[in-house]
Amino acid sequence: MIYQFSWNAFLIFAFFVAVVLGLSFYLGRKARSAKGFFAAHGQVHWFVNGIAFAGDYLSAASFLGICGMIAWYGYDGFLYSIGYLAGWIVALFVIAEPIKRLGRFTFADALDSKFNSRAIKLTAAISTLVVSTFYLIPQMVGAGTLIQPLLGFSYTTGVILVGVVVIIIVVTAGMVSTTWVQFIKGSLLVIFCTILVGLILNRGIIAHPEAATMGIQTLVEAQGGKVTNDHPQGRGPGQGDLSPVGHVVRLPGDVKETGPLGPFKFLSTLQKSDVLLWSSKKTLENGVSVTRFTPKVVKGEEVMTPGASPTFAGIRKDNLWAKLDFISLMLALFCGTASLPHILIRYYTVKDQAAARKSTVVGIGAIGFFYVLTLFLGLGAMTSGAMDVTNNNMAAPLLARTFSQTLFAIISAIAFTTVLGTVSGLIMAAAGAVAHDLMTNLFKVTDHEHGQVMWGKIAAVVVGIVAMALGIVFRDFNVSFLVGWAFNVAASANLPSLVMLLFWKKTTSAGIAAAITTGIVSSLAWILMSGQAYKDIYHWDPAAAIVPFSQPGLVTIPLGFVVLIAVSLMTSRKVVEREAIMVA
Amino acid sequence: MPPLPPLPIPAHPAPPTTEIAEPGNARLGLRLFLLYIILYAGFMALAAFAPQIMAKTPFGGVNLAILYGLGLIISAGILALLYAILCKTESKSGGEK
Repeated sequence: MIYQFSWNAFLIFAFFVAVVLGLSFYLGRKARSAKGFFAAHGQVHWFVNGIAFAGDYLSAASFLGICGMIAWYGYDGFLYSIGYLAGWIVALFVIAEPIKRLGRFTFADALDSKFNSRAIKLTAAISTLVVSTFYLIPQMVGAGTLIQPLLGFSYTTGVILVGVVVIIIVVTAGMVSTTWVQFIKGSLLVIFCTILVGLILNRGIIAHPEAATMGIQTLVEAQGGKVTNDHPQGRGPGQGDLSPVGHVVRLPGDVKETGPLGPFKFLSTLQKSDVLLWSSKKTLENGVSVTRFTPKVVKGEEVMTPGASPTFAGIRKDNLWAKLDFISLMLALFCGTASLPHILIRYYTVKDQAAARKSTVVGIGAIGFFYVLTLFLGLGAMTSGAMDVTNNNMAAPLLARTFSQTLFAIISAIAFTTVLGTVSGLIMAAAGAVAHDLMTNLFKVTDHEHGQVMWGKIAAVVVGIVAMALGIVFRDFNVSFLVGWAFNVAASANLPSLVMLLFWKKTTSAGIAAAITTGIVSSLAWILMSGQAYKDIYHWDPAAAIVPFSQPGLVTIPLGFVVLIAVSLMTSRKVVEREAIMVA
Repeated sequence: MPPLPPLPIPAHPAPPTTEIAEPGNARLGLRLFLLYIILYAGFMALAAFAPQIMAKTPFGGVNLAILYGLGLIISAGILALLYAILCKTESKSGGEK
């Protein structure tokens, strides 16, 4: 679809960036000590920290990806909302208080608190860098993909713009400014999505029976330009564009429109309606890329149950491996949240365990409420008649445009602020791992706080530049694939160590280091040998894949526990024997 | 005023906090955690192995898949709130409980 440059969207985004940067420079004076830079002095109020958790966690994948997936396939996108939120239960009930009690700046501190082990510092820092990098790539790809339709800049400009702004935020005031950026973003996201859902329910659902007659749409991409539905793409005479999609073709009782609906009435009405959904297939014909978009009328009751999307289609089949793939992903989402380094470092910005607990509860409230909203945003987009058939990530902003251009501008600007908040957190986590875990504690390169902060800033710049480069290289990569990847690696590498350190007294430093290493290597290897990688990375036949299902968590998370227990038992005997000899 | 000398980094292992764990809180947390695991596992099992049950509409015209999904999100909020209310504040080490 053709997008017009919106001055409103640009100005609102520029205003957000100006506020955020101004705040960073203002706060920069307050973050010169290591505790200030890496942990915002440990003095952030629990409520602010709770909303900042939402700002840290709700990435572009959550906001744009889930809305798009629900708008395209229905219930399946909501499965991500459920899994992403459930992970916070692990964070609150198992991880939050001990990680606050045992650590200073990074989760490696907590893992290493009993041992003072070089192996733990090294493996935990590597794990932080690997997980944060995998999480950074989809954020940068998201920024580049969205800037063109939203603000009219090129893909590369989007990636560089986000990278530069975030580097400035982190370098000026570290965790202090990162916290406030995330607080502002979390608040804006929840407030404006609530307004949007209010407007959706107030409008109700409007039927478009004529949409049922829509035929196949085509997009031909040649070097000379794009041809849509047999006309050159454009707004001039003789030119054309793809038609917007997302229609209800029949409402219960064959009424034309419902009028304002309550939340449950909205869901039950849609369940009894018929909607027009689109699938796409891209082929190469004589060196020219041709994409065909095919409409299909689907019953609402089918849209509102799991298994309608290609990702989760296995649920409806009688294939055990496909079902295990679904369970494995849901397990990774459940276990991954409390293992993400950029989430864990937020526990060091509050003053004590009670504040850590309270801020997690606020975070769960804000994030849970937002995920309930995603269901209505996605279904609202599905029935808005304004979707871009080529890009389901645009579902939420385009839905906003059906109400007003100003709302479109605000939602577009918030989408970008979303990327800024999450990327700042990720770069902070990576900078902490390099400066605190590696340079200070492991290699002893610096022994004073100024040096530690300086290394933190250097690391932030380097990681920021690497993130920009990876964002440009991974341009055509599937964003949700990479986010799922990051959750799987985080859960496999970090969760066994965090849990066993807290609940099993025989855990040894060698056991923790072995479990982290096994988790990273096994989950990455599994993903690279999976059907999804065969299809998306190598473009081979996914049926020939070595491993039976794509999501590794179901195998590699338990494997981490097994390795930790086995290595701890082997090494604890040695420790006991050594101690016995010394006593004798 | 001359600049302050750089602060040395505390020797490891630095006690990050003087607080001690509150065992009652940990026990309560684990109980609520187990309760949520049962709810979550039930959801995964139904979605994977009994999709026909998920498609049923028990009440309100909304199917079980939607009700269970929303229920998981809302119950997480309720359990979190319950935990925050029932938890005791941790004491400082050496202080009185």
